Amino acid sequence: MNEPTAPPAGPDAAGDPGARGFAVRGSVEPGSVARGSGAGSLLAGEPGLPGYVLGLGDDALVAAQRVAEWCARAPQLEEDVALANIALDLLGQARALLSYAGELEGLGRDEDALAYTRDERDFRNVQLVELPDRDFAVTVAKMLFFGVYQHLLYTALSSSADARLAGIAAKAAKETAYHTDHAVTWTLRLGDGTAESHRRMQAAVDEVWPFTHELFEPFPPVPGTVDPAGLRGAWLEPVERVLREATLRRPEDGWAPTGGRRGTHTEAFGHLLAELQYVHRAHPGARW
Amino acid sequence: MKIVGSPAGRPSPFGAEEPGPAGAASGGGDRAFGTEELLAEVDAAERELTEAAAVRGPAGTGTAGAGPRTDRPGAGDGGATRDGGATGAGTAEAELERFEALIAADGKVEPRDWMPDGYRRALLRQIAQHAHSEIMGMQPETNWIGRAPTLMRKAILIAKVQDEAGHGLYLYSTAETLGVTREWLLDELHAGRQKYLSFINYPTLTWADVGALAWLTDGAAVVNQVSLCRTSYGPYARALVRVCREESFHHRQGFDILYALSRGTPAQREMLRDAVARWWYPALAMFGLPRDRSTRSDLSLAWRIKRAPNDELRQRFVDICVPQAEILGVELPDPELRWNPERGHYDFTPPDYDELMRVVAGDGPCNRQRMAHRRRAHEEGAWVREAAAAYAAKHPAEPYGEPPASPEAPEAAEAASPNVPEAVETARGAGIPMAAETAGAPQGDWPLWEVFVRARRGFAHAHAGSLHAADAATALRNARDLYTRRGEGVSVWVAPAGAVTASSPDERDAFFDPAADKTYRHPSFFDLPEGVKHL
Repeated sequence: MNEPTAPPAGPDAAGDPGARGFAVRGSVEPGSVARGSGAGSLLAGEPGLPGYVLGLGDDALVAAQRVAEWCARAPQLEEDVALANIALDLLGQARALLSYAGELEGLGRDEDALAYTRDERDFRNVQLVELPDRDFAVTVAKMLFFGVYQHLLYTALSSSADARLAGIAAKAAKETAYHTDHAVTWTLRLGDGTAESHRRMQAAVDEVWPFTHELFEPFPPVPGTVDPAGLRGAWLEPVERVLREATLRRPEDGWAPTGGRRGTHTEAFGHLLAELQYVHRAHPGARW
Repeated sequence: MKIVGSPAGRPSPFGAEEPGPAGAASGGGDRAFGTEELLAEVDAAERELTEAAAVRGPAGTGTAGAGPRTDRPGAGDGGATRDGGATGAGTAEAELERFEALIAADGKVEPRDWMPDGYRRALLRQIAQHAHSEIMGMQPETNWIGRAPTLMRKAILIAKVQDEAGHGLYLYSTAETLGVTREWLLDELHAGRQKYLSFINYPTLTWADVGALAWLTDGAAVVNQVSLCRTSYGPYARALVRVCREESFHHRQGFDILYALSRGTPAQREMLRDAVARWWYPALAMFGLPRDRSTRSDLSLAWRIKRAPNDELRQRFVDICVPQAEILGVELPDPELRWNPERGHYDFTPPDYDELMRVVAGDGPCNRQRMAHRRRAHEEGAWVREAAAAYAAKHPAEPYGEPPASPEAPEAAEAASPNVPEAVETARGAGIPMAAETAGAPQGDWPLWEVFVRARRGFAHAHAGSLHAADAATALRNARDLYTRRGEGVSVWVAPAGAVTASSPDERDAFFDPAADKTYRHPSFFDLPEGVKHL
């Protein structure tokens, strides 16, 4: 099947010519879809460059939304400033990537149309970034695992044949180096701090670890992209080293939840989107 | 909106009664936010600081025979004079005379100068309230970060809320120069013994509130703070110059949000009207009680902690806002608001000061919510702060051993060189709060670090301020986030505040005056015969 089964619902869908563009259905496995659906119309499971860029953009957007939830409630004022910096970096990446994805799609959707008017099932971010940050240790674990992944991917993409993507990636690689550094700093301190912090950090690592598998799901080869499937070895090396140094146990591989790249998300994600999109959707067509 | 008798050519709100270069600039016909004029005043205040730093205050008298004085202020009691009986009884009057002469000459008081207890208490009250307001003021805006209607607006709002955390940090370290710890200040806030600005206790109900809050309350704060840039306490003046520079964008982005709404749908325009109607009086109340109800203003003015009376600043704010409201096409909720040609100002209905007192006392709509949020964040973060401290204790080699992993490691390594004290002195001359001067005070919080930033290649590292961190590695990272987030630096040093050895103000004359009369050290001492070149 290479057509969406139904147009996405939502108040803006009718007035938005591109609302069908990035529809991705959970029933469609990547690679199972016939290519050649025509330039500009990104149909279900389309594994091309636009979908790839969109996935990275959604990762950054959702991660930014979660990190920004720490504003005015971080464990220390200095950390409030640091987390806001990271949220701003991620949001900047999201804006650049979503803008580019919209241009590749060619249906006139800009960053805001993509961020605010797609439904839950049309988002392609990995599930890891949408996990609720109930505890600072969970934030640190997510930032470590996702930050190292992003950094490896962006570093590789900075020599992409696609000049636009390479430019975005080169800038983002510097930012994610810093995020990774921040996450490593805190992983060491929480893991090797007090008994309480060790317990919390280990619990967070255990909780988040299963969701790291999805980061490395293979992406069908497309010129200009880097297949994340090849990055797990390079990811495991620093992550395992940091966990060891932080006196933390590296969890066993086992359960590997998946589906984010195909529009299947955790229950928490709908609530995140409800908050993100509410004002924009309540005033269709308004300018802000 | 209807402004009765609104003249075509209104005078600048920076009228003749306000000295300074800003008086020349009037808003003109464009979107006059007042930012340019206010920044000109900040510039003037900064020049004043530079000039104050160039002269070392009035010639020292009466201190030659004074006994040795500790460099380390006492802490924790919220305002005791730190040196107790160290100063001989015979010099106390001379100290006061010297202090008053300095104030009268518009000089700057520095942390380790002698100061009357009342001055220290008044300063501490004001700086603490200012710092608390910055961090409590994050909450009403944070309420809308998740729902900001575009990604651009979301980014701007995060950056603004982040600045408020940063400004809180600048101001807490300023307060720490008075011999108290940040931990004590936060305890006072959490216990409700120290206050923050009352407007923070009103709810942000719609997206338009984010705009109205910034346009009106940041606008009021800027008017207030620009005046405070000329405060007599050096560290506070320097912190405020920095804060005002950074906050000018806050005020402007608020107006920008409202301007977009004013040109939007009927629902957006109604949102705008509603928000401005609710935020106008909380903003006017920010200037505090009028002269006839305030007990503290006179003393603060006499000591030049505050530089302008509440009522004058409130009037100035109204005069700035009215033309801006006209551009927004929004009605300010005051039927009495009209231009008074005789006064050369707008007449307006003052805020309900009884309501102000009720909100300050704790009975505003959101007081309990804001305090509970703040306490919860602090309590829930305790295990993280403890973990960082425990890690630092377990890894004692790290802070002083290997050079911090900065992007420019060789330069960071220079931090250990003997040049640092020089940098410290340079920093104090030009500088920003020197929290090193309170080092040695008990710290339940993470230890204090001094931060030095190289602005550009070719420049020396200059003192930028201080911060708290459990160890050197995190201090360096926090410094990067706090002091270079607008691209202010290419290299950062951090040093434990306690490691800085500073010269004493008491020895200032002996230390520095001997250099003053050796004018032959400067080439300008020598007259050159006509026609001599390349010499």
